[in-house]
Amino acid sequence: MRHIISILMENEAGALSRVAGLFSARGYNIESLTVAPTEDPTLSRMTLVTCGNNEIIEQITKQLHKLIEVVKLADLSEGVHIEREMMLIKLLAKGSHREEVKRLVEIFRGNIIDVTDTSYIVEMTGTCDKLDAFIGAVHEDLILETVRTGPSGIARGTKGLSI
Amino acid sequence: MELSGAEILVQCLKDEGVEHLFGYPGGAVLHIYDELFKQDEVQHILVRHEQGAVHAADGYARATGKPGVALLTSGPGATNGVTGIATAYCDSIPMVVITGQVPTPFIGSDAFQEVDTLGITRPCVKHNFLVKDVRDLAETMKKAFYIATSGRPGPVVIDVPKDVTDPNIKIPHLYPKSIKMRSYNPVKRGHSGQVKKAVELILSAKRPVVYSGGGVVTGDGAAELTELVREMNLPITSTLMGLGGYPGTGKQFLGMLGMHGTYEANMAMHDCDVLIAIGARFDDRVTGKVKDFCPDAKIIHIDIDPASISKNVRVDIPIVGPVKRVLADMLNVVKAHKSRPNCEALEQWWSQLQQWRSVNCLKYNASSGRIKPQAAIEMLHKITGGDAIIASDVGQHQMWVAQYYPFDKPQHWLTSGGLGTMGFGLPAAMGAKVACPEKDVVCITGDGSIQMNIQELATCQHFNLPLKVMLLNNGYLGMVRQWQEFFYGSRYSEVTVEAQPDFVKLAQAYGHVGMRVEKPEDLEGALTEMMAIKDRLVFLDVVVDPGENVYPMIMAGKGHHEMQLSPDCELS
Ligand SMILES: Cc1ncc(C[n+]2csc(CCOP(=O)(O)OP(=O)(O)O)c2C)c(N)n1
Ligand SMILES: [Mg+2]
Repeated sequence: MRHIISILMENEAGALSRVAGLFSARGYNIESLTVAPTEDPTLSRMTLVTCGNNEIIEQITKQLHKLIEVVKLADLSEGVHIEREMMLIKLLAKGSHREEVKRLVEIFRGNIIDVTDTSYIVEMTGTCDKLDAFIGAVHEDLILETVRTGPSGIARGTKGLSI
Repeated sequence: MELSGAEILVQCLKDEGVEHLFGYPGGAVLHIYDELFKQDEVQHILVRHEQGAVHAADGYARATGKPGVALLTSGPGATNGVTGIATAYCDSIPMVVITGQVPTPFIGSDAFQEVDTLGITRPCVKHNFLVKDVRDLAETMKKAFYIATSGRPGPVVIDVPKDVTDPNIKIPHLYPKSIKMRSYNPVKRGHSGQVKKAVELILSAKRPVVYSGGGVVTGDGAAELTELVREMNLPITSTLMGLGGYPGTGKQFLGMLGMHGTYEANMAMHDCDVLIAIGARFDDRVTGKVKDFCPDAKIIHIDIDPASISKNVRVDIPIVGPVKRVLADMLNVVKAHKSRPNCEALEQWWSQLQQWRSVNCLKYNASSGRIKPQAAIEMLHKITGGDAIIASDVGQHQMWVAQYYPFDKPQHWLTSGGLGTMGFGLPAAMGAKVACPEKDVVCITGDGSIQMNIQELATCQHFNLPLKVMLLNNGYLGMVRQWQEFFYGSRYSEVTVEAQPDFVKLAQAYGHVGMRVEKPEDLEGALTEMMAIKDRLVFLDVVVDPGENVYPMIMAGKGHHEMQLSPDCELS
């Protein structure tokens, strides 16, 4: 099963490679990983998507906890939470396709943030499913390049991951 | 007071109470060595190979419970230390390893003797640090010792670039008295509700067994364990790492469990209804086939490391906490509790255990005209009164020590359990002898293993460390030969140690006493003589029966109840 794990860790050089190293050494898979400093610059927040059965996820969270730099973590999939991923996608936009692509972007509530004679760059945020759906809806010959951030997640309500 | 980085580093060692440092110099640590030269509070032991330094620090830690400290130079110094670091990591041994690094401006430039020490050691340390600024040095040292010794202990590496120890850059120095880390808070005690539940489960048990591990030794829980086991009349078995956590000659001790464990211990595991795992981690050499592991048992697991719990085997009552504290809490609950253990059921269980014991699974045939390795170990036990610190290497001889030298006290058995590192024995014994000069320290080794760090004989000469080396010389990489005999149709592929040196002469060449014994009737005399020489290192080459195998044995894919017994012992 897919799990989304949120990690609050010391913002120190090497912390990221400890997490990545843990996953490769123990044969866990990482579907995506995003990390950036928080409002407190000494802390970074990481969102990691992985999959596995309950035993594996339990081990993953315990092993992550064991890393000295990890301050706190939560498996967001255990409760109600919100996930968003951002995508930048460069599309071929020529002739009749220009209008068609523009309409599709509007339907998906994306923004065209760069335009040339022959191309658009579209910015879109949403759940992974929504981004997948957009990619599915565009004719594959029109896709020049995609960049996705991987999802970030946050639990709903006043409670959260903080120190 | 203004100090340079090198001065700070040495001062921090003193502040931590470090008396001995095992190391090997080189370019990146020259400033530090210059500071060491100017003082005599911290004694530096110059090894002959960096692997030896780290194993020696490890042996020092295992024998004392205090963190071992090693100092290595950058590049090859650090990489030579990696096997030692991994060995300590696998057995949760507290250790601080300081490595030199190229100066900070050169890091990443493929400079001379530069390796990514942090990257190379990351998977085999509890934690590691790169000190980029001399102002961080003292705090990093404090953190390193704190992390290495608290919680589940382990090795910590501090990588120190040369410019950080520059003697010309001085800064005010203050060593922090204590340290708090928001991201690292080891548990101080177990959950009291869980402790109570565990006690109640044990009290209701009909066929309980304690399975104790290395955590009892490193966690200083031997006294509490012994009291609890006696109070509740529990049978107890131990892992290789846990030996000495409960007296090996004690009535309630069933011997080691697992692949080469005793029949009674493994049968007890298979048939128990309550298993009490303490400071143990359900290693594959212990569990055998996991599906057949303790099929009828409710399992209690006490461990300081939450990640050990339910990793390989699901447990029913986990207790996360320091074993010493948890066991003490359990004792209090037991003493205050209304109900007592089920005496009648326990009695029946004990008579069953007695019956398994009577199989005498460690019996061996001593009448071959050759020295049996088992007999040599039993004899050493007799002569040392079971009181020596024994360091072993890895192989058959290691298993025989575990089987035939019952340890009554913790911190007397130094062996590489998790990583199984050949070459560990001699340097570990050296570290123990440095720590405990008044104790008899014996390295029991094999003809393969001893050659993996034999250069340390020079260190022993240099620092006058009169330990004993007892080589069980079977002319084989015996453990591998045994597997080839059992599982590869006796095709002995690359396991004959031909062209052995003359170990007697070799020992003498290093300035030690070298002796050899070949006949069973000379064994007692030779061992007595070896132990009687107190002021010299004695290297005794014991020529043993080359074909001997380690029994009992649980073959791959089998359960505890499916042991292979020695042909010398008959199931009655
Ligand atoms: C560094 C290292 N290399 C290889 C092995 C694999 N190995 C395990 S036991 C063994 C044989 C050890 O031979 P010896 O030291 O003579 O001991 P014996 O089994 O004969 O008592 C080997 C090669 C190991 N454990 N460690
Ligand atoms: Mg051998």
